[in-house]
Amino acid sequence: MSESQHFKDYLREARLFQRRVLFMLLVMVLMLGGLAYRYHHLQVDLYQHYVTQSDRNRIHIQPVPPTRGLIYDRQGILLADNRPTYTLSVVVQRTTDLDKTLSLLQSLVSITDADLERFQRAIRQRRHPLEPVPLRYRLTEEEIARLAVNEYRLEGVEVDAQLVRHYPYGALFAHNIGYTGRISEADVSRFTEEQDLRYRGTHSIGKNGLENFYEDVLHGQVGSQNVETNARGRVLRVLDREDPVPGKDLHLYLDIRMQETAIAAMAGRRGAVVALDVKTGGVLAAVSLPDFDPNLFVTGIGHEDFKALNESIDRPLYNRFIQGVYPPGSTIKPMVALAGLHYGVTDARRTIYDPGTFRLPNARWVWRDWKRGGHGPAVNLKQAIAESCNTYFWDLGTRMGIDRMSEFGAYFGLGEVTGVDIPNERKGIWPSREWKRAARGESWYPGDTVNMAIGQGMVLTSPMQLAQFTATIANRGKRIRPHMVRSINEHVVEPVVEGVMEVEAHHWDSVFEAMAEVMHGARGTARRAAEGASYRMAGKSGTAQVVGIAQGARYDSAALAERNREHALFVSFAPIEDPQIAVAVIVENGEGGSSQAAPVARKMMDAYLLGHFLTPGELPGPDESAPAAGVASVRNH
Amino acid sequence: MKISERDFLRRLPGASRSFARRERLEQRLHIDFILLLLLLAISAVGLVVLYSASSESRESMTRQCIFFGLAYVVMVMVAQVPVDFMRRMAPWAYAGGVVLLILVLVIGVGAKGAQRWLSLGGFRFQPAEVMKLAMPMTIAAYLGTRFMPPRFKHVFFSALLVAIPTALIIDQPDLGTSILVAASGFVVLFFAGLHWRYIFAAVFLLGASLWPIWHFMMHDYQRTRVLTLLNPEADRLGAGWNIIQSKTAIGSGGFYGKGWLEGTQSRLDFLPEGHTDFIIAVMAEEFGFVGVVVLLAMYLLLIVRCMMIAVRAQDAFGRLMVSGITMTFFTYIFVNMGMVSGLLPVVGVPLPLISQGGTAVVTLMAGFGIIMAVATQPKRVMTPQ
Repeated sequence: MSESQHFKDYLREARLFQRRVLFMLLVMVLMLGGLAYRYHHLQVDLYQHYVTQSDRNRIHIQPVPPTRGLIYDRQGILLADNRPTYTLSVVVQRTTDLDKTLSLLQSLVSITDADLERFQRAIRQRRHPLEPVPLRYRLTEEEIARLAVNEYRLEGVEVDAQLVRHYPYGALFAHNIGYTGRISEADVSRFTEEQDLRYRGTHSIGKNGLENFYEDVLHGQVGSQNVETNARGRVLRVLDREDPVPGKDLHLYLDIRMQETAIAAMAGRRGAVVALDVKTGGVLAAVSLPDFDPNLFVTGIGHEDFKALNESIDRPLYNRFIQGVYPPGSTIKPMVALAGLHYGVTDARRTIYDPGTFRLPNARWVWRDWKRGGHGPAVNLKQAIAESCNTYFWDLGTRMGIDRMSEFGAYFGLGEVTGVDIPNERKGIWPSREWKRAARGESWYPGDTVNMAIGQGMVLTSPMQLAQFTATIANRGKRIRPHMVRSINEHVVEPVVEGVMEVEAHHWDSVFEAMAEVMHGARGTARRAAEGASYRMAGKSGTAQVVGIAQGARYDSAALAERNREHALFVSFAPIEDPQIAVAVIVENGEGGSSQAAPVARKMMDAYLLGHFLTPGELPGPDESAPAAGVASVRNH
Repeated sequence: MKISERDFLRRLPGASRSFARRERLEQRLHIDFILLLLLLAISAVGLVVLYSASSESRESMTRQCIFFGLAYVVMVMVAQVPVDFMRRMAPWAYAGGVVLLILVLVIGVGAKGAQRWLSLGGFRFQPAEVMKLAMPMTIAAYLGTRFMPPRFKHVFFSALLVAIPTALIIDQPDLGTSILVAASGFVVLFFAGLHWRYIFAAVFLLGASLWPIWHFMMHDYQRTRVLTLLNPEADRLGAGWNIIQSKTAIGSGGFYGKGWLEGTQSRLDFLPEGHTDFIIAVMAEEFGFVGVVVLLAMYLLLIVRCMMIAVRAQDAFGRLMVSGITMTFFTYIFVNMGMVSGLLPVVGVPLPLISQGGTAVVTLMAGFGIIMAVATQPKRVMTPQ
């Protein structure tokens, strides 16, 4: 290495180079060994940690929602089915810039402010992290295509098919079947842990009607699948899957033709019709009018739509046949008569003198019959029912006394819910001394008994109760719980007998005859409704004084007059020899039970017994020609 | 001079005939068969891994095969070039490379905030690649004709030659390539017998200059990478994502791996750039620690073979150049595998023969072509100047 050296020492240089190469090889082996050690550390020492992390990365357990059970009518016609709709959802955590994504989406598909508002609300109440939050429902084919083309720009955006409830007959079964709706925050807060699990992946729940009552049956059991996702959350493949158990199907007693007949017979009037199968308690038809289209609610009703429905003076959302409670008026007279016979207070031959007025002993208050001058000098039970003689029942009720009348009515289920298989039924009022003391803080007055005997005063019943009560008479005391579902997945639902009333047979015969006289007698109140019938039927008309419940939420002076008219009621069953069908009808503000409600009942019976079904065509509006009557007096017939 | 192992074997009766035949063939074709075999083996591994990493993309495979084909052709062509011609061309290649690097700064096209390419009629060309070979050639050519170990002025001039293109590449910015280029120059100095006191001094200087480098020379994103390396969890979805995901891929591979085409991490898009710079994570996931060790062993064999060629080279230029190129190759491996496993900051360095890539593969194989040229061409003696 000396400066003076003029020639290279090749050998020395080669040796120097070889030493350097050896050194460098050693260094490289050490460094590669270091790398190997590093990989060994990651792959062997920390293996468990990273395997866990890797699985957490890729495997997600996804709930697989079950398909909701279907609902069929008596003939097997589908009343509630599931239709695939395409929903646009966003997994918020997977978007890098939510606002940007949303505005991009808005440029691709139509998204209303209401959609956005609902979306923002849903984000706040989201149940599970990484849950797709629906933004737009019912995407059109074109919108799906547009989203597909832009998929690469839309991080965290998903379009998936969901089965959504659809009601092909719309309003026809609105109050029976009810509807499903989005699972709300309130629903979730009510969920048990088990329910919370069951509803993973499900977006809707039965809100009303059968959909709500049979929620557990219809919903089915949630399945699950392990899916492998990529970093952007897209499902790449299903690793294993536990299939969901689909919900069970409901087959109803309800008959679409009976429903249509009821609606046609009501001809656009407000009210309710309930028809029961006497033998089984099956609900053949149950209509509450006006109605609404339940399909509006399925994916979340718009604010405007809901406001219109909710604030309508006609209260279409209100289920009149189980929630509407009206004074039953004279329709309960057959039952009061039966009670009188049963307790020996009267008999079929006994007559009273009816001067048209009734007065309690030692009292100055005078009750006046609807028929001026009264029904004659010798009114017996049959005539009293046929002509709806109030005086006879005022007398009978007073003789019988509140306690026995109260007890007997309770056997018929008055004042209690019928237990029909839809929720939110109201139980009405069938008063007793105890009830009055508890509810009103007052003792029972003899005048209360007088009013109660003709279904007035404090008495309130729902159309469902009236129908059940009529069916119980038709069944000669066997009270069967009304129900809409005939079978669940081919498994027949056995009728539930609530009780059997032991009343002697000839008493029943007397009441049957009297009720037949209403229809077929020369002076029967509903004789016109029975004209030309090929079978014999039994019935009883009634008129209910208007009380608060039927009045609209808003004050509308023009409508108010019409709405203060009495409600027309009618109950009936047929054929009288072997009763098959029992019908209760109420026409709100219809006045005259026999003229307004009885023809509806007749049409129902004709339909069921003779197959004379009606179809609602162009429905006439409410009758506007009748003059306003002002506040009605008691006009019970 | 004592006889080499090869000469000894050649003289053995019996073994000599086939050996001699191979020797003649190798020299006629200018191909080192052992080196070629190792290269082919690693390339095959690369294709197998890439097939999985590219999600079984036929297109990727076709492209990579075309690149490999081209690269092997380039290698064989380069191997035919006389070593002496290379030595004379080295300064020109260096000068041309520097000019191109300056051009890049002026008219280069960029991507992702860096300006690294020259666009030649639709074809993108990265001049820094040229420097990866021009650098060791030039330093080898400069030092090879001088006394070894090099004197101070030679060391100083060499360092200057290294510094100019390195600085230009850092400025693009391309930290990975600049490290490779600088390393390829300095290792030649080392192999030339650079005195240890210079080496220690350099290490000391480097340590002292870390602070100014950190504050004045590094770009924000480069600082972020270093900080991310120290604590990848701090920014899970941002800069830390790559490292976390690649470590997860490697770690979850375990000892035997998840099996070919079964690597979930990489194939499910969790691993970014799984087919390029981060491909070793795919391999580690699917073939496990066993696969990694096998690959490391193949690389080591390749390096040892190259170093043998360097030791046996005809002259100082040859051995310096071969050892320099070999060290560049090693640096690729170490930096890539170190960064993917979270030992080193993330710098864009592909894994030789495994990562999908265009020009990098060609440059790499051109380097092996040079090594083969040195290995197979007849000895020439040079006089010091």
